[in-house]
Amino acid sequence: MTTFGLPEALFILRAAGWTLVLTSVAFILGGLIGGVFAIMRLSQVAALRRFAAGYILVIQSIPVLMVLFMSYYGLSAMGVELPPFLAAAASLSIYVSAYLAEIWRGSIQSVPFQQWEASASLALTRGQQYRYIILPQAIRISLPPTVGFLVQLVKNTSIVSVVGFVELSRAGQLVNNATFQPFQIFTLVALIYFAICFPLSRLSRHLEQVMNASRPH
Amino acid sequence: MPAVLIDDVHKRFGNLEVLKGVSLTVEPGQVVALIGRSGSGKSTLLRCINGLEAIQSGRIEVAGHIVDQDPKHLRELRKDVGIVFQSYNLFPHLTVSQNIMLSPRITQNVPQAQAETLAREVLAQVGLSEKFDSYPDNLSGGQQQRVAIARSLAMRPKVMLFDEVTSALDPELTGEVLLVMEKLAKGGMTMLLVTHEMNFARNVASTTIFMHQGKIWESGPSRELFSNPQTPELRNFVSAGAH
Amino acid sequence: MSLQFESVLAETDIILDGIMLTIGLSASAIVLGLIFAVLLVALRTLAGRWAGIAVDCYVELMRNTPFLVQLFMIFFGLPLVGIRMSGTQAALLAMTLNLAAYATEIIRAGVDSIHKSQLEAGLSLALSKRQVFQYVVLQPAFARVWPALSSQFVLMMLASSICSFISVQELSGAAAIIEQRTFRSFETYIIVTVIYLLLALSLKVFLLWLGQRLFAPVSGLARVDVKAEAA
Repeated sequence: MTTFGLPEALFILRAAGWTLVLTSVAFILGGLIGGVFAIMRLSQVAALRRFAAGYILVIQSIPVLMVLFMSYYGLSAMGVELPPFLAAAASLSIYVSAYLAEIWRGSIQSVPFQQWEASASLALTRGQQYRYIILPQAIRISLPPTVGFLVQLVKNTSIVSVVGFVELSRAGQLVNNATFQPFQIFTLVALIYFAICFPLSRLSRHLEQVMNASRPH
Repeated sequence: MPAVLIDDVHKRFGNLEVLKGVSLTVEPGQVVALIGRSGSGKSTLLRCINGLEAIQSGRIEVAGHIVDQDPKHLRELRKDVGIVFQSYNLFPHLTVSQNIMLSPRITQNVPQAQAETLAREVLAQVGLSEKFDSYPDNLSGGQQQRVAIARSLAMRPKVMLFDEVTSALDPELTGEVLLVMEKLAKGGMTMLLVTHEMNFARNVASTTIFMHQGKIWESGPSRELFSNPQTPELRNFVSAGAH
Repeated sequence: MSLQFESVLAETDIILDGIMLTIGLSASAIVLGLIFAVLLVALRTLAGRWAGIAVDCYVELMRNTPFLVQLFMIFFGLPLVGIRMSGTQAALLAMTLNLAAYATEIIRAGVDSIHKSQLEAGLSLALSKRQVFQYVVLQPAFARVWPALSSQFVLMMLASSICSFISVQELSGAAAIIEQRTFRSFETYIIVTVIYLLLALSLKVFLLWLGQRLFAPVSGLARVDVKAEAA
């Protein structure tokens, strides 16, 4: 039996890098899909609105773990064998999209409706209203909850170890299986997560305070 | 051809009928004031004219456009019809000049340099040349409202609608806004305004329309209407000092 | 692709046991976590400065590390110091501690939203500090943050699926067993996902109903907007 030493710690640190990569990919992909769903959720076409609302409700009402299994086994049932990283990234993106869609829908809706009226009265198209008037204001409003959600995402990447991808938590498990020093190992793992998440939590809170202090009108 | 033609317009919010058959015309260059208690339908009528509210029946034509709910038609109409709101509704993330130039730039493809000239011109018209690069939050309410008027003017509208534009302002700030509007009226702008400023209606509007319970209750040349109201409702309204 | 549900549906017993354990774990963790959270908030509000800092540290540590790692710490770590427990017990402990941290944060926001003059009014009516906390602070605070708490409870129920990582046979663990027996992975997870969906929606409806029953007299109060967060 090996003991927990520098090589093991370095192995865990490298895996933490993969946690960050996975977080970034899922955030970007999920953000793109989520943005589309947020706009659909506010569409003037009732069918699009209902579809987006249903998607968000379903994804938010099932465990992230099930999103992972469903996309993993669903794809393989269709004959698509994804490498673990892609399977993990794809399913986390789906999870991210539903939560960001809901956060961003709220942000868009908290732009006063008079901004829609005023810009419509200046002959802007709906696309122009979004691009020049609504989104620039909504993005500002959405920053604190979006950063807050990023913390949830970082933590939830821990479950993708079930499809065989070695990120921070999986690395901890592997080292624990070899050395069986769970306190030291999982304390290190927890501290690394904390070092990533805590500054993000603080940033989210700070942004919220800044926002509350400078609320226009 | 009248600048605004409204013919037997009905408008409901759910079960509540707020416009019960309204008809009126505004000739080019004419200034018409709409007065009445809150809930009389005057603001709704104004918002129907540029399609912010859809009507159930009747017909509205403004600046040669028929008002319907086709987004394309509405955009063409709104290039010719400006509206100024009670709550200014400037875009808080854009500077004064950006607020003014935005629509000319993107809906009428006015080149940047020309748009800037236009912005300076309309800002001078409302007496705020020095606020070109300010953000709306750094302006007083009266200044914001004047910028909102300038923003509408930059569209080169044929008709201007004003929806209680001084109601949100402190009394000492209403004067500067009314002055700008009076200048516009003298310059020949076609204006339809919902207002609580009875003196302004009397002195600047050629015609005043008194609305009551979703109908035009009484209308006529402003001075006559105020000095000699025909209906008890208008008499009441005028003597109550306009609320 | 052809789906065959028969063999999966034949394992009704395992699924039912899994559902019961998911419900049992979630309900127990919610009740215990809530009690613990109220104690922590009371400690933070009533006890001295150091108690407050200790509570804040606990909350921040739990909120900024994954539930899975907390679960591993408890399941693999505690036996080393002589505390032996089954997977289910470890799961319950981890869920309780995790939920307590989030609930503390939410209830604290509710307590902070109670105006100071309310406390003074309570004290001037000769209520004790503890009585003021219970009747003047806690009840209205709860009413205000109930929607946020409800979302947190639902998230906890969903996160209980992670307990299958230490072989607890709640719903996800049951799915893993059925999957091994039937080799019908996709079908198994379709069924289990639908069950989770129904459980989550039922829980949402139940919590809404419960909130209306419990807080009807004060439901007119402004709600405090606190976001629930995934465990």
